[in-house]
Amino acid sequence: MSVAESESVLLLAEHTGEEGGSRLKLAFRQLRRNPVAVIGAALILLFVAVAILAPLLAPYSPTHGDLSNITVSHVPGPSSKHWLGLDLQGRDELSRIIYGARASLLIGVVSLTLGATLGMLLGALAGGFGGWVDSIIMRLMDIMLAVPGLLFAIAVAALLGPSLRSVMTAIAVVNVPVFARLLRASMLGQRESDYVLAARSLGVKRRKIIIGHVLPNSLAPVIVQGTLALATAIIDAAGLAFLGLGSADPSVPEWGRMLTDTQQYLRTAPQLALFPGAAILLSVLGFNLLGDALREALDPKLRR
Amino acid sequence: MLKFVVRRLLLLVPILVGLSILVFAWVRALPGGPEAALLGERATPERIAAVRHEYGLDKPVYQQYVTYVGHVVTGDFGQSIKTTRPVLGDIKVKFPATIELALAALIFALVLGIPLGFIAARRYQTWADSSTIVGSLLGISIPVFFLAYLLKYVFAVKLHWLPSTGRLDPTIDIPHPTGFYVLDAIIAGDWHTFVDALRHLILPGIALGTIPLAIVTRITRAAVLEVSNEDYVRTAEAKGLRRRTVDERHILRNAMLPVATVVGLQTGLLLSGAVLTEIVFAWPGMGSWLYDATFNRDFPVLEGGILFLAVVFVMVNLLVDVSYGVLDPRIRLQGK
Repeated sequence: MSVAESESVLLLAEHTGEEGGSRLKLAFRQLRRNPVAVIGAALILLFVAVAILAPLLAPYSPTHGDLSNITVSHVPGPSSKHWLGLDLQGRDELSRIIYGARASLLIGVVSLTLGATLGMLLGALAGGFGGWVDSIIMRLMDIMLAVPGLLFAIAVAALLGPSLRSVMTAIAVVNVPVFARLLRASMLGQRESDYVLAARSLGVKRRKIIIGHVLPNSLAPVIVQGTLALATAIIDAAGLAFLGLGSADPSVPEWGRMLTDTQQYLRTAPQLALFPGAAILLSVLGFNLLGDALREALDPKLRR
Repeated sequence: MLKFVVRRLLLLVPILVGLSILVFAWVRALPGGPEAALLGERATPERIAAVRHEYGLDKPVYQQYVTYVGHVVTGDFGQSIKTTRPVLGDIKVKFPATIELALAALIFALVLGIPLGFIAARRYQTWADSSTIVGSLLGISIPVFFLAYLLKYVFAVKLHWLPSTGRLDPTIDIPHPTGFYVLDAIIAGDWHTFVDALRHLILPGIALGTIPLAIVTRITRAAVLEVSNEDYVRTAEAKGLRRRTVDERHILRNAMLPVATVVGLQTGLLLSGAVLTEIVFAWPGMGSWLYDATFNRDFPVLEGGILFLAVVFVMVNLLVDVSYGVLDPRIRLQGK
């Protein structure tokens, strides 16, 4: 979904400004030839497909298990019937990993959409109006940035109580100042450029210049940040679940939570920590690979 | 320079005031007050009222805030509701643990990251370069608690090479004048304790240092690539300077400015409490302390601890900005 999302941002920019459109088109062409981007996109597609198709892919129920084979010293490992073995409640580990993709994807997309939208709105207001609007918004953002990300997310999640919704809200809130600052800085950079001067000397209205010219041309770093922020969102969500701040219902499969549950069984069933950890790692890696390639494609200075 | 520092310090005032209001409001908005955590669910209304009165929670909120600010300004952070120990005293014990762990992580990141980044840039677009890039992307993609688990499982559970929890073997008892156990062992002249404290630092240090390592590697690589194309490097090479001299004096020295920036920003992050790493390795630092306090609704600890960390974080970032001028004479000249 995130690929579709960033694509729709690309399309949006293409329609609003010709300059931005051609640059983004060029970047997109370059991306298709970059193996890093292709691998990243493939990992993301796999992750999204698994999340959406979970009921079709999962061989067993993710929430119901058979405790008869489970003892403290023995948790059955991978077998032909259960490819990744069983978890501590006798549930099929593979099915839980597959369903776990849903929570990760949902949290990532919702929190990013919320946080980035609000952040960009504030950033655009600050960068567009300047003056006291800018001062007030940016001082507020400074206060939010004075508390480091994860600590901030923990604080918000603790306030709202353990649930998926509060995890999404927490990560969204953490993202707001990041996007606000980024878009504002990018817009300030664009405001000084020649095409703005040209538009202004032609008598184009300020609002039209900002919405029609400055904004679309300022979006490149935001798109890059969006991809990378999705990676961070998945990691932070796993971290919050690991700390017991995820879904209130322990039977809901969440990768971070699955890791916590195995803490005491590291000696007898290390595989139960390995699989959810690998799932988080691969999905995050996908977004980081694509984000990295996007940054290279969209920043002409990095192009060699 | 001084004017710049003073102006930045003044800018901190509104941030800290805003932050203190935020933390204060947050603590009071948490579901369930300290009395619930302290007295349990079967507390009588009289006991609850008594506890609320004892901690001044029955007064109007604005009055509580004024009292709180008054205390904080005079350096009084109150005492923990759970343990009744002074918050400042706990910070003095927990913060050195956090600094020690952060330093271990930073040393790991720098000692490995700068050479790796340098080599990658030197072998630009070879397998050495590509594997460094892929490695650094893996490094920022792995959840810190998962890496901590892996390290713990391999080196503590399976191989028994290194301890997996705490700062020191529980049987060791030496005085702690500084709170930095490695330093305390040196002061005590106790070789055995010194080695034990270092061994306890290795696994959490690596777990916490992996993200900074990935970032330092990437930044070093990018900076070295950029500097290598500068005219003064070509001049240095053309006038027949030895490779080593060019590398050290012309390339690395100039490439270190962005690295220093990133290291400063990472230091701020590391010092603000590595909650996840501290929990996996039972490291008694600020992160795990504040995390426990959140669940105990320990208002004074949260108010004092988070404000303290935010001040540290903001001050470190200020130091980073100031250090630009020291590291790069060009910026100093522009400032005048």
